[in-house]
Amino acid sequence: MGASSAEHIITIAALAAVTVLARGFFFLSSKKWELPHWAERGLQYAPIAALAAVIAPEIVMSQGLLIAHLQDARLFGVAAGVLYFFARRGGGHSVLGTIVAGMVVYLPLHIGLGW
Amino acid sequence: MAGLRALIRHPEFRLGFQEMAQVAPGIAAWGLMTGVAMVKSGLGTAEALVMALTVFAGSAQLAAIPLMIAGAPVWVILATAFCVNLRFVVFSAHMRNYLMHLPLSRRLACGYLTGDLTYVLFVKRHKEPASDASGRYAQVAYLLGNGAINWFSWTASSLIGVAAANFIPASWGLGFAGILALVGMVCSLASTPMRWIAGGIAAAAGVAAFALPLKLNILVAIAAAVALSLTLEQSPWADSLAGKASR
Repeated sequence: MGASSAEHIITIAALAAVTVLARGFFFLSSKKWELPHWAERGLQYAPIAALAAVIAPEIVMSQGLLIAHLQDARLFGVAAGVLYFFARRGGGHSVLGTIVAGMVVYLPLHIGLGW
Repeated sequence: MAGLRALIRHPEFRLGFQEMAQVAPGIAAWGLMTGVAMVKSGLGTAEALVMALTVFAGSAQLAAIPLMIAGAPVWVILATAFCVNLRFVVFSAHMRNYLMHLPLSRRLACGYLTGDLTYVLFVKRHKEPASDASGRYAQVAYLLGNGAINWFSWTASSLIGVAAANFIPASWGLGFAGILALVGMVCSLASTPMRWIAGGIAAAAGVAAFALPLKLNILVAIAAAVALSLTLEQSPWADSLAGKASR
């Protein structure tokens, strides 16, 4: 395992470099360069689109398939979190409250009832 | 790094820190379960600790580990991680105008710290790149404060997850707190009908394209949401969708 462990450490260092490369991809060149106007406008939708695309499968899918029944703790957890957020109208610490309210509903259903 | 100390004292550093600190419990739960998952998928403890300390990209880490265990060629592992990270390439196009005034090494350091939530919170707080030096400075301070607490809570909790992997069963579902953190962020971003539509399109596309390898469903979803939103902006209902009346 010794040699392969050293190889793994080098691979891991390279993976950290990949993180920098991806997150700084368009910072690499110092050339003056402007995004086309449509792209600039379009990017304002990128944050919500990226988050929605990351979370949606984690909420409504299981093992690569859409869940077929509603007895799923995740649905109730998310519903509780969203309700909390809008009850607070997005006021201070409402994202923290979303996490707490969601988990308070999710954990008993998930651990207790096995949903 | 005398400059760094001044950045840390800037009020925007504190603000970035506070805005991320609110979400940090979700990040921490997610980091914890990623640490657990790294060990459970067969990575040695020392390697998992180094990975938790340096790579700072959860989904890429979990995609790379099975390949490492299987002895895949290094370039395959790196290419896989890069593909899983492609959404960050899109984010970097957005962040470029905010950061190009910095020297390359600092730009890349900022890039390293710009995870999903840092990017989202940053462009929410700073909708346009600053036009003067003090404004640019403040934006970098915000980014660093925000990225620092994100890095710290993610990394510290991952290390704990690696150390405690045998005591924390994945079946408890603690990682769901990370999803809830993102749910809260989506709610806070959905300030106009257009944003709701963009989020809805991306969610549907992300699910529909889930079978794609390398998390490319996320990239497809961003492209679909941006393209359809730009199209809708040209429509007769554009003003009401953009929430112009209420602003």
